[in-house]
Amino acid sequence: MSAVILRIATKYLSPVLLIVSLVLLLRGHNDPGGGFIGGLLAASGLALQALAYGSARARRLLRYDPRTFIGGGLLLALSSGIPALLSGEPWLKGYWWKPELPLLGALPLGTPLWFDIGIYFTVIGFTLTIVFALAEHDEREEY
Amino acid sequence: MNVLVVLPILIPLVSAVATLLLRSSVRAQNVIGMTGSALLLAASIWLLTAVHDGGILVQQLGGWKAPFGISFVADTFSALMVLLTGVTGLAIAIYSAAAVDEPRRRFGYFPLLHILLMGVNGAFLTGDMFNLYVWFEVMLIASFVLLVLGGERVQFAGAVKYVTVNLLASMLFLIGAGVLYGKTGTLNFADLAFKLSQTANPELVNTSAMLFLVAFGIKAAIFPFFFWLPDSYPVPPAAITALFAGLLTKVGVYALLRTFSIIFVHDTGFTQPLFLVLAGVTMVVGVLGAVAQSEMKRLLSFHIVSQIGYALMGLGIFTQLALSGAIYFTLHVAIAKAALFLVVGYVARKRGHTALKQLGGLLRESPVLAVLFLLAALSLAGLPPFSGFFAKFTLVRAGLESADYVIVAVALAVSMLTLFSMTKIWGEAFWKETPGGVPSADILPPAPTVENPLVTVYPTLTKASMALYFIPMFLLVAVTVIMGLAAEPILQMTGQAADQLLNPTLYIESVLGVQP
Repeated sequence: MSAVILRIATKYLSPVLLIVSLVLLLRGHNDPGGGFIGGLLAASGLALQALAYGSARARRLLRYDPRTFIGGGLLLALSSGIPALLSGEPWLKGYWWKPELPLLGALPLGTPLWFDIGIYFTVIGFTLTIVFALAEHDEREEY
Repeated sequence: MNVLVVLPILIPLVSAVATLLLRSSVRAQNVIGMTGSALLLAASIWLLTAVHDGGILVQQLGGWKAPFGISFVADTFSALMVLLTGVTGLAIAIYSAAAVDEPRRRFGYFPLLHILLMGVNGAFLTGDMFNLYVWFEVMLIASFVLLVLGGERVQFAGAVKYVTVNLLASMLFLIGAGVLYGKTGTLNFADLAFKLSQTANPELVNTSAMLFLVAFGIKAAIFPFFFWLPDSYPVPPAAITALFAGLLTKVGVYALLRTFSIIFVHDTGFTQPLFLVLAGVTMVVGVLGAVAQSEMKRLLSFHIVSQIGYALMGLGIFTQLALSGAIYFTLHVAIAKAALFLVVGYVARKRGHTALKQLGGLLRESPVLAVLFLLAALSLAGLPPFSGFFAKFTLVRAGLESADYVIVAVALAVSMLTLFSMTKIWGEAFWKETPGGVPSADILPPAPTVENPLVTVYPTLTKASMALYFIPMFLLVAVTVIMGLAAEPILQMTGQAADQLLNPTLYIESVLGVQP
């Protein structure tokens, strides 16, 4: 299958999706967005690659098996609870660290962002596991 | 240490992540799968002793105060159920190392197993209605995948029913939660219990109570919502069936016991007789279904339904003794049932099928297996000195004390029929000679068919894998025997759990702080 329009569109669209997904991830704490939505958007960028160029290429772009992303993402999200655990506070209590940067002002970093990044990768991994399974099932059927 | 409350959720999650990242090594997965469940068991024992000595433990997740944040609450009932997860989980994890074939393990059997355990523990520990819904979903998604893992045709046939019916239940659950939130403005168990005890018009609460009854009833497989269970539980490998039989329906029972004892007690004149009727019919229909079966897994699946009736009976009588009996019974039946399914899994492995007519001679071939089966089966039927006897004894005594004679008579009659169908398995599979001569030691199983879906091709049994098969059976049977021999301290503990359910003030105060 060679859908020229889809391929050209993918070439421009999928980087945009990935960048917007990062924006959504970062603005997520106080505005609509967050790890889940960002992860879905990033996964759709890669799913588009799988549709236009085949799942082998999307897998190459991803570099690691999507299931590794699930594991790694969950590990990140889990570890964001550790600071609270060490200081004897309830599990997953949020901690903030706001270093002053020149020109930009205070940069709010904290365990909720850390948690969100974990969710971001988990969602990418989970969505792509399903997408690849479906796509590869179809590819096997065809040939 | 209040972090103890979330440990039973964190440990399976860490094991799931570790097994997911070490997917490529089957050996590492086995080791982590087993140590993870052993740690979970240790944590659940620790939690139970802490709760037993120090009262209800609460953790407000993320430091957000109840009723705005999500509370995790461990009272004695929750802690006992978490212990049940620990015991069953360990047995299944060991058994799976031998009994689950390599393709399934490569695909991610162990991560799914641990995510399921996490979901079950989350449901037991949460103190929030919507959070309970989330844990139900976690559990269900893991169980959906476990059910179809392996991709045999019959598995899909069973899974379609399971998925459809359970999604319907989830939808009703969600509507119920929505209606309840609209009415009270809260979903925190403790806050709900407090607000509903002050409500001016209790009959309006019945709408959401009944939505929850149907939703949890479907998950617990009570009459008339049980039909999906005997069709879907027998299709995956025995290790998974044992896990489902031991834990999944019990989460439904837990949810019923929890919500209809501390939250929906506004109109007991309506709910109690309803529960008694449902209990009686569930027992009778389940056991009659079981008597008619001639295939071991389906027969035992019908018994799951029948046994749920006893737990409901306790909820219907609704005295301290009855609730104590219901909790003890839930613990007992989960262990006994899981043990029976593990035995059946070994039979399926040895003979390649579990159709009673063609089985036979197992007593001669493997006396140890026969004894293990007999102990678990007698316990299920309720003979002394096993756990089943004390569970049913407590329930029957509670029924006699509150003069609910009909349900007592039904319960005793159903026990007889349970014993009858257990002797049927014993007679057909273990006692009689194999039809058509003695089979060779380890015959090759035939290919799976629609009538006999339980076949997966395995490598031959070695001494090590035999041990992995038998250790969990020994463990579970030992637990059911010990629960019978040490019935006094365990009934004392379930009694404490029942007290906490009947006097929710303590629960409310522990979660919300001092209430005005």
